[in-house]
Amino acid sequence: MPEINHFRRVALIWLVSSIVATPLVIFLFAPIVPPGQGSVQSSGQVLDNTVLFGLSTPIALAVLIFFGYSFVVFRERDPAAVLDGPAVRGHAGAQLWWMIVTITIVLFLATYASYRTFVDGAGGGQGPIPASVPVPSGQSALPVQVIAQQWQFTYRYPTYGGVETSELYLPEHTIVKFNVTSLDVVHSFWAYQLAVKADANPNVNNVAFVKTRGPLTFNVRCAELCGVWHGYMFNLGHVVSKAQFAAWIAQQQRQFAPITKSLPKYNPTYNPAPTRRGG
Amino acid sequence: MVGRRLFGVVLLSAAFVGAVVVYIIFFLTSVPGQASAVQTPSGTHLYLATVAAAKGTDAHPTWVSYYAVDANDQHWVHATTYQVPANTLVQVTIFQFDSQTGLRNEFLGQVRGTTGGTMLLNGKSTSTIDPSTASHVFSIPQIDLNVPLYGIPANAKNPCANAPCSLSTSHETIQFSFRTPPPGLYRWQCFVPCAAGFIQGLGGPMQTVGYMDGYLKVV
Amino acid sequence: MSAIAVRTAAARPLWRRLIGFNLLTAIIGAAIGYVIGHMVIGPAIHAHSLDYIGLTAGQSDIDVLLGYLFGTIGFLVGMGFANYPIRRLLGHPPSLAEHEDEAEGMFRYFTLCTDHKVVGLQYLVGIGFFFLIGGLNAMLIRTELLQPNVHVFGANQYLTLVGEHGAMMMGMITSGILGPFGTYFVPLMLGARRMAFPRLESFTFWLLMCAGVVLTTTVFFGGFQTGWTGYDPLGDQGVLGYDAYIGFFALVGTSMTLLGFNMLATIVVMRAPGMTWSRLPIFVWGVFATAALMMLAAPMLVATLCMAALDRTAQTVFYIAGVGGSNYLYENLFWFFGHPEVYIVALPGFGIVLELLPVFCRKPLWGYRVGVAGMLGVGLLSWFVWQHHLFVSGIDADVRPFYMLATELISIPTGFIFLCAMGTVWRGRIRFTVPMLFCIGWIFNFLWGGISGVFLSAVPSDVTTHGSFFSMAHFHYTIMGGLVFTMFAAIFYWTPKMTGLKLNETLGKIQFWILFIAFNSTFGPLFAVGFLGQPRRVVSYPAGLQFLNDWVSVSAYFIGISMLIFLANVIWSLLFVREPAEVNPWNSKSIEWQMPSPVPLHDFERIPVFDVDPYPYGEPLVAPAPAGGQV
Repeated sequence: MPEINHFRRVALIWLVSSIVATPLVIFLFAPIVPPGQGSVQSSGQVLDNTVLFGLSTPIALAVLIFFGYSFVVFRERDPAAVLDGPAVRGHAGAQLWWMIVTITIVLFLATYASYRTFVDGAGGGQGPIPASVPVPSGQSALPVQVIAQQWQFTYRYPTYGGVETSELYLPEHTIVKFNVTSLDVVHSFWAYQLAVKADANPNVNNVAFVKTRGPLTFNVRCAELCGVWHGYMFNLGHVVSKAQFAAWIAQQQRQFAPITKSLPKYNPTYNPAPTRRGG
Repeated sequence: MVGRRLFGVVLLSAAFVGAVVVYIIFFLTSVPGQASAVQTPSGTHLYLATVAAAKGTDAHPTWVSYYAVDANDQHWVHATTYQVPANTLVQVTIFQFDSQTGLRNEFLGQVRGTTGGTMLLNGKSTSTIDPSTASHVFSIPQIDLNVPLYGIPANAKNPCANAPCSLSTSHETIQFSFRTPPPGLYRWQCFVPCAAGFIQGLGGPMQTVGYMDGYLKVV
Repeated sequence: MSAIAVRTAAARPLWRRLIGFNLLTAIIGAAIGYVIGHMVIGPAIHAHSLDYIGLTAGQSDIDVLLGYLFGTIGFLVGMGFANYPIRRLLGHPPSLAEHEDEAEGMFRYFTLCTDHKVVGLQYLVGIGFFFLIGGLNAMLIRTELLQPNVHVFGANQYLTLVGEHGAMMMGMITSGILGPFGTYFVPLMLGARRMAFPRLESFTFWLLMCAGVVLTTTVFFGGFQTGWTGYDPLGDQGVLGYDAYIGFFALVGTSMTLLGFNMLATIVVMRAPGMTWSRLPIFVWGVFATAALMMLAAPMLVATLCMAALDRTAQTVFYIAGVGGSNYLYENLFWFFGHPEVYIVALPGFGIVLELLPVFCRKPLWGYRVGVAGMLGVGLLSWFVWQHHLFVSGIDADVRPFYMLATELISIPTGFIFLCAMGTVWRGRIRFTVPMLFCIGWIFNFLWGGISGVFLSAVPSDVTTHGSFFSMAHFHYTIMGGLVFTMFAAIFYWTPKMTGLKLNETLGKIQFWILFIAFNSTFGPLFAVGFLGQPRRVVSYPAGLQFLNDWVSVSAYFIGISMLIFLANVIWSLLFVREPAEVNPWNSKSIEWQMPSPVPLHDFERIPVFDVDPYPYGEPLVAPAPAGGQV
């Protein structure tokens, strides 16, 4: 009776299941995984996730099928027997191929993720001197300062008289430069559907870029534990048409004209008193 | 031998379960009390007070705190969960007995979310205070309500040291009204760094439900 | 000098033994020490200090921290750790043994005992107890998260639950394999009769127990609001409960450093003749890599928290921005420890799985050198990746590709472990005993833990998932699905050897299946919850996520049930049924299984000489050692 080539069988099962599963994952599953298409950066994240899902599928299938097959086919059928298997201690070829394949996959993933990070900033906080400034020459970004404090976000618009607001409105199809800072402890500004996340650090300006698309209501949540109301530090944000944005900001400037006089001059960071022991 | 082992296992298990019960009852679920808005001829009214230090018998007698009181500034209850009816115009009176500290974010010196965007400070209508004169804030970020509470000046003649305070001591009276949201649980907080002795003035009472933080229970 | 002379003096009566140095005198010492620290030395210090917080805030961090310090010292003195140094100072000759008289029986487990087997079992029970507390906190957390806007517990208390669960688990699990099984079996696998520093191994155990008690006292001081990572300046703002957190990790870090040091010294120096580096069982290699990381990383944690303590007491501003400090200092120092830390909790699992698979597949370990390279590679690379916890925190954006690459590269040596496991099971003769089931559980869980780690290591993907329940699911899959499963594998595997008694196999299988299904049902959906926008450590979440949170909470209760089944199994089998186990129920060819059960006091009659591969399965010329034979 010919010896069963178990490895060829496993390889075949893997190949067929990968050919079936991987396109399903890439075309049906990955596109519905958040953060969605709300901004250019969120679409970039969806692309990166698609690549990761697409590569993870055959890898996970390989491990699961290999072990699943082994546990079924190589199980000891006689409960009383204590028989040994073959004394195989290694296989240079298998080890070499494994290393080559895994190193290749890893290098590819790191390179692609780096490319995605730099091409549009990926919505992440980049510190005071961002490495990726996705603002084409001739265009400018709308600066919006995000001030995090225990336990609310407020927003300042330096190009609109430095008015501070408790609501976040952004115009559509605009590149926005978030300048995220904190007045006390570490918070994190997470605009979920825009796929922006930047930690808010005291005395540090953390810059994150996003290019908005069409009108959208998005969730802003704090993503770094900042004390008792961390779970309640949220607000809604709105991407609206440029006309609506202009109307809104004018209304905010009127409404908050009394207090704008008392605000400190717009600055990337603030150092309010007390910083040491208060009271 | 088996009997002794069984006894030992049962005893240890009972001790452990007992410790867990004590943990849950005396620590985890030990929350401050609740006070309700009252129905007055002029509508639903909530009376609060803010003080420089809690009662001497409180767990933290040196901490600033909110209290629930009544229209005559009596019956001081150390509650920070305030129950109000839903979708109703609620009037709030806050008797403010504490001194000025100042806001870290001056923006919070303007009233937001109240009827007309104003409050009555000692009977006079205003929409802002000088941010450096704030003593406390009553804010419900979820409904964008923000009311800065003016502090008693440094040269006040008769400041109150500890709760309960009487209206004969130096104080400011702040009144405002707002429309309550649909039923649910909302949270309120102070924004002034009034926690004396703590880093940035934001530790201790500023972070502890029962002092400068609490809930609005809308029913 | 014969350090192994077995004294067979008759046991003294209990009341006389209680007067000596033992747990009772240690507790008394702890109480006295705490009072001295909190009420005498603390007030003496801050009577002379300026601008002291206690006067205005009504709290005294100096008193509490010194109370913990002197309480711990009092505990250790009461346990007898000062006796040997004092005896040596007074000119007495050196000795390696304390409380090694077998006639003392169970009493030894409550003393400073230098028998590594006693310390191993002490570790197992002690860590198990604190795991119960950490696990209870987890059940309470999930109870709170059943509803987004109805709160079972106070908001402050909820954060203490979260922090205590995380801190207790991380502090205990780091010694979870090295403490019990490293201490018990590494000397045996090396052919040694004791660890390199026997009193030190008892010291690290009792220090860890002090740490656990310190953390539970946080509830008397108002708890702490920072989670297990203890970020400052939030921690600096905290009430006294944060000092319990500092005390806990200071003691855990010290215990870890010394345990790692002891293990390393043992493995390097105490190998019997013939036990060359290339014959070391793979479990010992796992312990070796872990011990090196423990010894080098844990001191960072202690130093980081010392600075936090200074911020809270001595008016320094290490972590307070605006007056010269920086929160980045804390974050980088913490994660420079924190990342090797999570490999400290992954590597022992690798060691256990690769050690047990040959036994239950009856084949040699496939790719031994590749496996060793994997362990050492993971250990080395773990130092270069810590900033992946800080991708969006505002670090210099240009360094992110380096950390992305380094983190992705770690998946390669981790992959070697899977490769070795795959080669070992291939064409084996697999028996699905309870230990084997837990190893299979590890394989499944760590696969998803590892893949989700690759997602988190890519900056674009990380922007959405950082600080969300996705990262929480990732580390629970690797730490709980990984190390905790292998802890159970090790417990079921080695209990017959340590106690001479059987654990109930049916209950073990029931526990495994409930745990495996409930675990995946709990943490699998949390990947989705993270992608759907729920941040970590929140007491309230978007209402639309309630169904998923409820599913997760109910599944978590089943995890709790499986743990109760395990406890029932242990108590029932070891205290009541007490059925003797065969001396080698797994037919393992490893040296500890060629010894009697339980292992006798002196371990080996004669120091063995090793001359075969540690996994001589399938070799026709190697005669199996006679069952119950004396080695």
